[in-house]
Formats: sequence, C-alpha cells, structure tokens
Amino acid sequence: MKKNNSVVVAMSGGVDSSVAAARLVDEGYQVTGVHLALSKEKTVSGTKGCCTLDDARDARRVADRLGIPFYVWDLSERFQEDVMQNFLDEYAQGRTPNPCMRCNEKIKFQAVLERSIELGFDAVATGHWAKIVNSPQGPLLYRSEDDAKDQSYVLSVLNQEQLAKTMLPLAGSTKPELRKEAQARGLITAFKPDSHDICFIPDGDTAKFLHKHLGNKKGNIVDVETNEVLGEHDGIFEFTIGQRKGLGLTVPREDGAARYVVSTDVATNTVMVGLPSFLRVEVVTGTNLIWCGPILDSPFDCGAQVRAHSDRVPATAFHQDGNLTVEFKEPLQALAAGQTIALYDQDRVICSATVVSTNRS
Amino acid sequence: MAYLDHAATTPMLPEAVAAMTAELVKVGNPSSLHGSGRKARRVVEEARETIAAAVCAKPMDVVFTSGGTEANNLAIKGLFWARKKENPKFKRVLISAIEHHAVLDPVLWLGEHENAEVEILQVSENGILDPQTLRESIAKNPEDVALISVMWANNEVGTIQPIAELSEIANDFKIPFHSDAVQAMAYLPIDLSKVNVTALTITGHKVGGPQGVGALIVKSDINLEPISHGGGQERDVRSGTLDAPAISGFASAVSVLVSQRERRSLRIKGLRDEAIKRIKEVVPEAVVNGDLENRLPGNVHISFPGCEGDALLMLLDAHGVECSTGSACSAGIPQPSHVLLAMGRDERTAKSSLRFSLGHSSTIDDIDELITALPPVVERAKRASTKARITK
Repeated sequence: MKKNNSVVVAMSGGVDSSVAAARLVDEGYQVTGVHLALSKEKTVSGTKGCCTLDDARDARRVADRLGIPFYVWDLSERFQEDVMQNFLDEYAQGRTPNPCMRCNEKIKFQAVLERSIELGFDAVATGHWAKIVNSPQGPLLYRSEDDAKDQSYVLSVLNQEQLAKTMLPLAGSTKPELRKEAQARGLITAFKPDSHDICFIPDGDTAKFLHKHLGNKKGNIVDVETNEVLGEHDGIFEFTIGQRKGLGLTVPREDGAARYVVSTDVATNTVMVGLPSFLRVEVVTGTNLIWCGPILDSPFDCGAQVRAHSDRVPATAFHQDGNLTVEFKEPLQALAAGQTIALYDQDRVICSATVVSTNRS
Repeated sequence: MAYLDHAATTPMLPEAVAAMTAELVKVGNPSSLHGSGRKARRVVEEARETIAAAVCAKPMDVVFTSGGTEANNLAIKGLFWARKKENPKFKRVLISAIEHHAVLDPVLWLGEHENAEVEILQVSENGILDPQTLRESIAKNPEDVALISVMWANNEVGTIQPIAELSEIANDFKIPFHSDAVQAMAYLPIDLSKVNVTALTITGHKVGGPQGVGALIVKSDINLEPISHGGGQERDVRSGTLDAPAISGFASAVSVLVSQRERRSLRIKGLRDEAIKRIKEVVPEAVVNGDLENRLPGNVHISFPGCEGDALLMLLDAHGVECSTGSACSAGIPQPSHVLLAMGRDERTAKSSLRFSLGHSSTIDDIDELITALPPVVERAKRASTKARITK
C-alpha cells in the first residue's frame, strides 16, 4: 500500500479501530472513517454490542479528533440476510455457526470492501488483531503479536484477493500498549471495555434469542449407547457438543459418570448424550475451503484451530476439489458441524473450511 | 469549496454578526427592572417590532423561541390543547404529507398520547397540496377539526404551497391554520395582513441570523397552551430568559433580508436555473423533483437514477462540494425521504436523490465546482451501486 492512498477504516466505536484509524492518519494515508449500521433498531444503551448509538457517537468523536471525514453506512439489510438469518438457519439445521466470521466474510471484507473499492478507495482497514505480510506469493496472513488477542482465526475466511486490499494497522502491538497509545492520543475510546458477545445478542443469552426466533421444539434426550430416552428438551439449538451442564437429566448412569452432549439429530429432533469418549474426534471433513495464501500440495502437516481462542493441534490435511479432510494427531474433544477449522503453518494461516462432518457423525 | 446546503443553514450576514456580538458583551436580563435590564429589553422589543413589520404582524404577535422546531411544537401542541379545552369535540389534526419532521412528529405524538385523529393530506407528484383536498377533508366533519398545518415551502424539494387559498378555506370554517415558513421567509414575501394564517413559524439561521433562535408569530387573542412553564415571559406561552444577543442578530438579518429579498431571490433563481440546466447537460438522466414554477429560488433537487444518494454525498464531500440527501436520522442511517415517497417516488428513486440549496453567498463559482465534480462522481456511484446489487 502506497502512502497517500485512500483508505476506509471500519470504525466500530471501540478502542481497536480508533487506534487503527489514528495510525493510518499518522502514516499519511487519506483516511475516511465508516461506521457500519448493522441494525435498524436504535439501541441507545449497552456498550457490549457494536451497533449502538453510543458506539456510533464514539466512532464519530474519534473521527472528529483525527480530523477525518466520517460516514455511517447502512448495511442492516445485508447483515440481516447474510449474518442473522444465516445464524438462525444454521442453528435450525443443527449446526454451530460463528456469526462474527460470517460478518467478516460477507459484510466487512465483501460488501464494505467492494463498495469502498468501487467508490474509489484503495483499501479497507480494520482494528482486527492479526498481521498481513506481503511476499512474492502475494499477501500472507499471520497471527498477532499479542497471542491473547489474536484474531487471525476469525480472519481466516479471507482469500488473497481480499487480503491484498486489507490493512491491519494493529499488527505488532499488544492490547495494553494499544490502550496506552489511545490514552496518549486523547481518544475517548481508550478505556472502553472490549466486546465479547455477539453484537445482535447483547445480553449474551443465545438460547433465549434462538427460542424467540425459532420457537420451542420439544424432543428427546437419548443415551447414545442404549437409545434409552433420558429426558426432554425444548429445542436442539439449546445444546452445544460437549455440553455437560443444564441437561436436566433425572436418571443418573449406574456408574455415576457424567454425560455429555455428543451429537444432535435434526431429522428426529434428538439430543444424544454419552461418555466423553464419544466426543473424541480424529478426522473432520470440511467444505467452503478458502486459501489465505498459496495453495499447498496435498497432504500437508499443519496446526489446526477450531475455535476463536482454542489451541492449535498438530494435524495432517488432505484436499481435493475444494473439500478438506483433516486428521488430528491427537483426538480433539467436542467439535460441531458449522464450526470453522483454520489451518496454520507455525503462525501463518494456510486456509480455512467449514466443518461438515466428523468421524463420530 | 462549494457550500450548497443553505437550506440546512445559511451563513450569518455581517450585519447580524455585528448586532449579535454588540449585545453579547453587555449584561442585562430583559426581564430585570433596573437599567441594564431595561437596555436589554429595549433590544428585544425593537427586534420584535422589526420582525413583526417584516411579516405585517403586530409586535405583540411575536413569540420568541429557540428555533423552528420549538415554534412548531408550540403551535401544534399549544393550539391543539387550547382548542380541546375550548371544546372536547375538536380532535382532528390535518397536515400535508410533506411536512418537516418538526411538524409531523409533534402531530403524530398528539395522535399517540392525546387521542388526536391525525389526517395526512396527500400531495401531487410535484409536492403541492390541492386546496380541494383540504376542503374535502374538512367537509367530512367541519365541527371536529382542531387545527390545520401546512408548510409555506417545502425544505426538501422547495415547492411553494398555495397558502392564501388553503388558509382561506380554514378561515371559512373558523379552524386555526399554522404554517411552517422557515424555508420561505428568506425568499418569499410573507404578508400576514393578507392571508388567514393563525400561526407562522420562522427561524434565525435560515435567513442569515444565528442558530438557536426563532419565533412563532401568533395573534395575541389566539389561545395557546404553553408547552413549557416558568417565569411567564412571552405572554406566558414561552417561559425562559430571552436571548437578547441572538434575538438582536435574528432581527438584524430579517431587516437586511426584507430590504434585499426581491433582488436577492432573483439572483439566486438565476443561479439555480443555470445549475439545473448544466446538471442535465452533464448528467442527462438526472431528474428534477418538485415543481419548476412554484419553487423556492435556491432549491435544486435531483434524482440520479442508479446511484445511492449517500454515496454521491460522500464523493462530492471529498471534492469539497457540500450538499444534502434531504433527510437524516439521529444515528445517521439514511431513510428514504417521506416527502419523495408522498410525491409517488419509489424507495430506490427516493434514495438516489440529492438536494443542492443555494443562498445569499452562492456564486457562479459554486455551480462551476459542482458541474466539474459531478460527472465522475455519478459514474463512480453508479458502478458502486450496480456492484452492490450484483453481489447481494
């Protein structure tokens, strides 16, 4: 990216994107701040989400301070269709989606990126914690210096074409450094708490949200070994693979061992429970394979990550025709269809795919 | 830079700045009884006389407010409550479909909270209310109409309403008639001795005065319930310490304006016609909204088919050309304009529109800048919009 190029910074109203914008201004880019309105509802209070009036104001005040133009872009319809509706559809199908990744894939680095480029900007910048390094093989995506904040996993849905027009100015910093910098710069977002929840579920109660939109759908909780009906549930979307608490089971196992949710079946609306051994996953297959760097020959060794902040585990990956198969060298506990699996070469993100099935299911 | 958003706010006239700053350095509450208070009161009363004379009203008719929105709220709610007190049968409120939110929203509020029956009168595709429409609406039951409110000229598309005829109809049925004239005041002659307008809203910053001051012109024998209570200033309908400096600046702008109105309107109209002609030359598919004859001299309202208004605005802003999409909400999310929808435009057309508004400081250089910036901006916005639809 050349100096004096024009860059759209997606400003959520949080400290990360505030500092990202400030750094680009310092480096001499022509920066325009854009706040994404993702919901038409005017949510005034609550700092947890990322689309409240408070957040729009904070973003605007940071832009004032930096002396850059600032606009609100209404992406509420696309967000509703591509992220919220997809979230509900996926749960209704018994899968476990990650809406933030979906938002990155469809909204921030597709709708916003494309609109920005068409409007004459050269790139889009965000306050994500990861690093893009240019190489002879094109841009490569790496983990952040601050491993605790690393967001390379949620960016693993970006291909090289998108990475080429993306800037991540926070690469190379740690969060405490960043807050200090925001304070030194006099940005009002310096001490704003981090957001952790899904922005359209600000109270964090996913089950309640799903019930509201998908209704109640009573079904059985069944022992995976004996097929014995152990209890009832109000909707399989309430359960995550590997969940132990809140099953409401009244019949204990004879040996007293704890039972876990090991799978769900949409067709029969059944939740299967059993011993932790049933959670062991050795092999997964994935679809929607996205390469964040050059395509590697199959098979290749890698580190596999299946959640935003889980450890990477050694694995071997095979791929053919856009489908991925990953064999873990040590079995993983609990993995659900719909999750994203990201593969790493040391700190570099190789590719990602959406889990379709595991060897248990 | 080309400032083409005079309908949002227009630069203060030097005379107004001088009058206002002269008062800012003095002490004195116009309600105080001592010398300083009397001096401040004199400033306010002279301003009152100037403003009353400008619209052919009596000084006592002028009620100073914090601006157009407050004056509209006072007129709508104050008249509604006073009428209701007079006779509970008064419950209907009739307004045009193209009112500013500062009229529309208090009326809808009365509907929600005070059992008012709100009737929104449809307008022509040029944005003009046909007097016959008003007559028919009243005729449904002339006995239950609490008040009528129709703006003098529209803020978005600039159409001028047939206020003389409309207010005459209201007068036939002895119904109070309010008109929001904040956009009209700077450009059109307003003579309250010749029309039957019960209450008229005007504001400082649309006529070259300061922001934060306005007035409701309402005859002193008209009953008006106060909407805020306190020290009893402004004949007890609008309490609060009078802002002598702002009021002085407002009156100064009004007096300059009245002496120059005709000449200035003509000049601005010339620029406007030039702007419209040249926009259509460089963007042949551009469509002018509103009425070409009954139109504020400074209003240029255009739909650019295939573009999004907010993309155009942003790109023009980057070229130093400042305009408006005509509507905004508190979170800054563009909503399709209710005015354009009322004029029969679909949502996409409504969202593809921009308002360029000229004013006293506009020059041909502003038009030149706009015409230079516009073609590439429209091309770019069109591409972005097409792309958005394909990828959706």
